[in-house]
Amino acid sequence: MPFHPPISRLCRRLVLAGLLAAIVPAAASAQLIIRIDDPNFEPLPIAIVAPQASAGEERTTAEQIAGVVTGNLERSGLFRAIDPDAFVQRDGSEVLAPRFNDWKGIGADALVTGRVFHRTNGDIRIEFRLWDVSTGRQLVGRALETRRVNWRRLAHKMSDAIYQRLTGESGYFDTRIVYVAESGPVLSRVKRLAIMDQDGANHRYLTNGENLVLTPRFAPSVQEITYLEFVGQKPRVYILDIDTGQREIVGDFDGMTFAPRFSPDGNKIVLSMSRDGNAEIFAMDLRTRATERLTNHQAIDTSPSFSPDGSKIAFDSDRSGRQKIYVMNADGSGVRRISNRPGRYATPVWSPRGDLIAFTKILEGIFYIGVMQPDGEGERILAQGYLTEGPTWSPNGRVLMYYKKRRGGTAQLYSIDLTGRNERLVETPVSASDPAWSPLLKN
Amino acid sequence: MKLRLALVVLAIGLASVSCSTKSKDSAGSNRVSESELARPGPGRSWQDYTAPSRNGYSDRVFFAYDRFDLDEGAQATIRAWSEWLRAHGDASILVEGHADERGTREYNLGLGAKRATAIRDMLIALGVNAGRIRTISYGKERPAVAGDDESAYQQNRRGVARPSTGGA
Repeated sequence: MPFHPPISRLCRRLVLAGLLAAIVPAAASAQLIIRIDDPNFEPLPIAIVAPQASAGEERTTAEQIAGVVTGNLERSGLFRAIDPDAFVQRDGSEVLAPRFNDWKGIGADALVTGRVFHRTNGDIRIEFRLWDVSTGRQLVGRALETRRVNWRRLAHKMSDAIYQRLTGESGYFDTRIVYVAESGPVLSRVKRLAIMDQDGANHRYLTNGENLVLTPRFAPSVQEITYLEFVGQKPRVYILDIDTGQREIVGDFDGMTFAPRFSPDGNKIVLSMSRDGNAEIFAMDLRTRATERLTNHQAIDTSPSFSPDGSKIAFDSDRSGRQKIYVMNADGSGVRRISNRPGRYATPVWSPRGDLIAFTKILEGIFYIGVMQPDGEGERILAQGYLTEGPTWSPNGRVLMYYKKRRGGTAQLYSIDLTGRNERLVETPVSASDPAWSPLLKN
Repeated sequence: MKLRLALVVLAIGLASVSCSTKSKDSAGSNRVSESELARPGPGRSWQDYTAPSRNGYSDRVFFAYDRFDLDEGAQATIRAWSEWLRAHGDASILVEGHADERGTREYNLGLGAKRATAIRDMLIALGVNAGRIRTISYGKERPAVAGDDESAYQQNRRGVARPSTGGA
């Protein structure tokens, strides 16, 4: 099992050492940018040179970092990494003085070079540069330092810097996924909370499988998750501290509580409670423990999700006779239905950018993952299947992850770009459902 | 009090007579035969009572897609549960609400709760003390039948009663 230091220690250790060189004004390199939403989009060819390193151990780490960065960028679907066997300049001089014609010659538009150092105090430092091959300009020059055991985070932050500079969007590689790992027979499925880095590394289980657990979601701090656990035949919402393993029940309610989500500031949890048999939406202030009832209707009101500014809550309800998506103010006022097309609409999840709401749709026996604007307009279907539900957003609002089960199969995680391109299986050790994507990790 | 008890004993005796299934004519017309009465009385276990092969009762009722209303078959079953509970005053009951997998996970937890509550409400209407009934929703998490087709979905959209002795 990989060692997981508490986040707070990471905070002290991971030093963003700052720019090595001045950033070139954006206008000067405007030509090298990936236009993700262009229908004629093609992945950008990029040469990622393993960072230079002196000792054997450093060299191994350097190769591993290059591998993680290459994997991240390729999985995004926006980059095509050029095979290192094709590299012409490979004498070490490329680190600071690339021969751009050599890189042009093998078809690279962008080039990544760098150096790795192991410090005597156990730290690792990487200095890397992103180059625009056609103009010969340096687009990013940055140094990152942390304890050696956290070298993968250096690779993820490096990937984020490259992604951000070339797409104009913030990255999402320095993140984690919490999900429900499923094993055992269908009729007595064992479900465990599991957490892993966005690329599947550092996988570990957070619960032992004794109790049924469902629907984990991250706190904005990324240190806690809220989820549903059946404890002694009582399904209740809990908060789990990822590093300490400490578990705390949310609220002291008689009835089942479920469908929890944090507010964007992390101070509240919004959830469904079914006390007299009917699910209503409540908000609980985690500091004062005060609860506020937000809906009051004989229908099932559930799957609440805050807008990123905290002012509104989207949820689903069958109050019209069929499950549809509604938006209300955070105090429960001003409820209005936003999904008006045929079919059942469920699990609204507000994009971190606020511009879209992802949802699950069920129409004529098929499940769909889609997005719509918060006013209900502009619906676009991105993925479909026999059973697929529960979208979660990458922190930059660019990628969705969800689970999908084929007829006769078991659940697996998938991710897809907002354009509907690049649907990918997210590898997990066992069958997987209910993914939740963390915000970017804090330094 | 004594008189009432006597009347009850007499009534049970009469019911037994009227429900006798065996009579041995060969032994003479005055002979009274005896047999056990199928009844939800003490000593008759829930498993025995709800074994479909015995008397058609069941430990479960079924629901239509995305519905929680009780059809006549379900109501008859729940009536039988209430009779068993009347005969087992020390027993309490756990009512589970389940859904098929053709809905979203959280909504189905809500739907399972509505199904369990519909059963609970009917039991209360039939005179069962609310304190003896607990409900739980499993949503689509505990299917009775594996399978990705309508016949499996039908069997999974269910309410199941599980008795236990002692308080709810």
